Amino acid sequence: MKFAVLVFPGSNCDIDCYKAVEEIGESVDYVWHTATDLSAYDCILVPGGFSYGDYLRCGAISRFAPVMAEVAKAAEQGKFILGICNGFQILTEAGLLPGALRRNESMKFRCHDTVLKVVNNDTPFTREYGKNEEVIIPIAHGEGNYYCDEETLETLKRNNQIVFTYGDNPNGSIADIAGICNERGNVIGMMPHPERAVNTLFGSEDGKRMFTSILKSWRDSHDTASIS
Amino acid sequence: MTQQVSAKEPTAEQIAEQHIYQQMGVSESEYELICEFMGRKPNYTEIGVFSVMWSEHCAYKNSKPLLRRFPTTGPRVLMGPGEGAGIVDIGDNQAVVFKIESHNHPSAVEPFQGAATGVGGIIRDIFSMGARPIATLNSLRFGKLESDRVKYLFEHVVSGIAGYGNCIGIPTVGGEVVFDESYEGNPLVNAMCVGLIDHDKIQRGVAKGVGNPVFYVGPPTGRDGIHGATFASIELSEESEANRTAVQVGDPFMEKLVMESCLELIDSGIVLGIQDMGAAGLTCSSAEMASKAGNGLELYLDQVPQREEGMTPYEMMLSESQERMLFVVEPKDEAQAQEIFDRWGVICAKVGKVTDDGRLKLLHHGEIVGDMPVTALVDECPVYDKPSTVPAYYINSDKIDSLRYDEVTDLGGALKQILGSPTVASKAWVYDQYDYMVRTSTAVRPGSDAAVVTVSGTRKGLAMTTDCNGRYVYLDPEVGGKIAVSEAARNIVCTGAEPLAITDNLNFGNPEKPEIFWQMEQAVDGMAEACRELNTPVIGGNVSLYNENAGGSIYPTPVVGMVGLVHDIDHITTQAFKNEGDTILLLGDTKAELGGSEFQTILHGVAEGRPPALDLQVEKKLLASVLGAIQSGLVQSAHDLSEGGLSVAVAESCISGGVGAQVQIETDLRSDFALFSESQSRILLSATPEKAEQLKNYIEGHGVPVVRIGTVGGSNLTLDINGKNALNESVEALKQVWKDAIPCLMK
Repeated sequence: MKFAVLVFPGSNCDIDCYKAVEEIGESVDYVWHTATDLSAYDCILVPGGFSYGDYLRCGAISRFAPVMAEVAKAAEQGKFILGICNGFQILTEAGLLPGALRRNESMKFRCHDTVLKVVNNDTPFTREYGKNEEVIIPIAHGEGNYYCDEETLETLKRNNQIVFTYGDNPNGSIADIAGICNERGNVIGMMPHPERAVNTLFGSEDGKRMFTSILKSWRDSHDTASIS
Repeated sequence: MTQQVSAKEPTAEQIAEQHIYQQMGVSESEYELICEFMGRKPNYTEIGVFSVMWSEHCAYKNSKPLLRRFPTTGPRVLMGPGEGAGIVDIGDNQAVVFKIESHNHPSAVEPFQGAATGVGGIIRDIFSMGARPIATLNSLRFGKLESDRVKYLFEHVVSGIAGYGNCIGIPTVGGEVVFDESYEGNPLVNAMCVGLIDHDKIQRGVAKGVGNPVFYVGPPTGRDGIHGATFASIELSEESEANRTAVQVGDPFMEKLVMESCLELIDSGIVLGIQDMGAAGLTCSSAEMASKAGNGLELYLDQVPQREEGMTPYEMMLSESQERMLFVVEPKDEAQAQEIFDRWGVICAKVGKVTDDGRLKLLHHGEIVGDMPVTALVDECPVYDKPSTVPAYYINSDKIDSLRYDEVTDLGGALKQILGSPTVASKAWVYDQYDYMVRTSTAVRPGSDAAVVTVSGTRKGLAMTTDCNGRYVYLDPEVGGKIAVSEAARNIVCTGAEPLAITDNLNFGNPEKPEIFWQMEQAVDGMAEACRELNTPVIGGNVSLYNENAGGSIYPTPVVGMVGLVHDIDHITTQAFKNEGDTILLLGDTKAELGGSEFQTILHGVAEGRPPALDLQVEKKLLASVLGAIQSGLVQSAHDLSEGGLSVAVAESCISGGVGAQVQIETDLRSDFALFSESQSRILLSATPEKAEQLKNYIEGHGVPVVRIGTVGGSNLTLDINGKNALNESVEALKQVWKDAIPCLMK
């Protein structure tokens, strides 16, 4: 399986995503924001950071990067796309996920461990977790306050698109939402950083199973594909 | 917005007649000397360039004789003071690069940008050496956290640091924050950066090779920060507010791009010399690069990227616009360099040439607008041996009995009061605003004795801390200086690391006052002696003088930034108690020493007498025994005893471990002295019951006093003195007081 970690000007969790994939022993490349071909990759990680300095609005400029057209294409093809923190913001700006991320209610950047509930463990990204399992994954953001209108929220609930919720809501997100996926389930965005939780030396390793889930899902679909 | 236009500049004659140089901080005798070096009267641009090069900030004219007293060499030191940052070997062809720098005056008038650009500047110092920045720390001082002004400064300094560090993606892993009325109106904002480098990648800021092109990298030059270095070298006053334009504006996104592109450029191996444009911008970087190579430099100012129209040579040379670098390559490598910056979307412009005439020549609109001898700019600034006098307060304080206070009998109440004082209370309100985890190498997060960042691809780690107790230094600068270094070393050792070296930030008042200069001399002597004894040479640093407010000088605050080497990540130790049943040991002697203590200040409202004594031979033994014990796997937790003494140290280990402790002490001291004395060279350890005896024997074997004082367990902290209960508090209640103090004050 081959992972891509996108690099925008100002990405700074690209290295952490790269290391997390290495940690599970898979192959990974950094892919520059100007790239126009993602066909070699099975999973695309849109990392955290401050792409374009968060100028204008988080993710608002990045969504125009040439590589984003390829990300949309990959999403359509059913490839796995995981946006973390700024990556989540970029995916909402690009319209690949619904809703928006606003300033934290406290108006301050917050960095600490959070307890997340795995609301939906039936996605390619969360299958290695138990339903409603509580996991420790850190946050580090100033604009993580997820918002969507009532109708969208109902849709998210109905389609089981809410993947993670916070135990103790750190930013004012509607319905305690920490991460959501698209209807098809192959695009996920989340504010907490699973790539920072892959080794107990640095805190928690609860995030590692997201990466092993992706790998397992890919293997399953790959096996099925080769059989049929 | 009003369009800023350049005022008509005075002529060389007018500068002389109207003593205009004085407004730039140049004295009469210095002006005469400059005329001598020039062989004529300098024009406006030239006197501007001299004034910043000869400011305290750039020339250390008041502090140089003192800085020479520091030990700066050692078997591991690869580069000492003089370049952007010092470098220390950590084995396997790797080295650690670090430096601390102040941004006090800018932060006093514009806290967000002042602090942000302080972080940006120190990060540039590190990557200009060719190193990858891996962590930053800071050391902050504010007035009492009571007035709206102090709260405003505190809030915006913290968000300025957060805004810059978080965006550029370098974790802010540690530091200290102290509140004391001495810093009212003149906060201290010291930022430290730590980087990693391979030995063969080390860069120097030299303009090598006559005829080689000089390149400017980074955003265009604007009119911000003009005379920043001079501004930093005078006392703050009511007029300082009007000097807001001397404060630069930071853009961490730009710095991220400049950093990545410069590190790639350095990696390509074509760089001959590179230096950041920090204080005094283009002036300082060009003059210093030429001086270090023994060459001259021509600058074509029309080629300097400019943000505003009609900028004069004076403005361009003195601007402190941020995120800019200067480098030299051979002509054949120009295209390769340009390609790197184009790809990163960073401006790179050829602005000059290395010459052999030893002069800094400035060309603008086809004319020579400045022509100065490089050595005069860089090396010939007069150095002043200032007069020094023992201050009256110091003589008088010898007569003060700092044990004369009535006994405090509500010891639990006293402990809560100290835990709830902003200086001792939890700093989570601060560090939760910093991304301290990005780069996923932070093994010990903020809040323990020192932070630890691992060295990827190895089993090593780097421990780092900033420390200084300004109250001690005020009461006895020599002892206070020794304590600052020793406490930093204790913090490093408590995390399981071997202290390597220090960087220092000497924050003092006006050196022209003989009492202040005496404080500087004494503090430097104390620090230098401690550095020699503890084998932690000074590899670089910064001096910030003229830190004064309406009430006089700040407490002398020579901040120590220390880095240590964790030889194996298995040695990493934190202050938190680990398991119920673990044995608690206290190392070192407790004496009745309350001078300058947190207890004295908070319970009795004074800071007087003499600070605790410190014996460096005792300290050395303590450090060696604790490090050895940790490395031998005998230790569960380690915590240095500092502000608040034994009771605060035990409480902190309980709070961070989420567990209680039962402590019994046998002592001849009065109970409140025993619990709150700040005697030096003491460390609290815990060990599993199986290893406790072995640990005790190990420590004793090093000639260090050690007693078992209790057991980890339960949900309360109980302290018995001579068999009688003196304190019994639930850890949860202590935690609440400690955790809520700063958030409550900031609401």
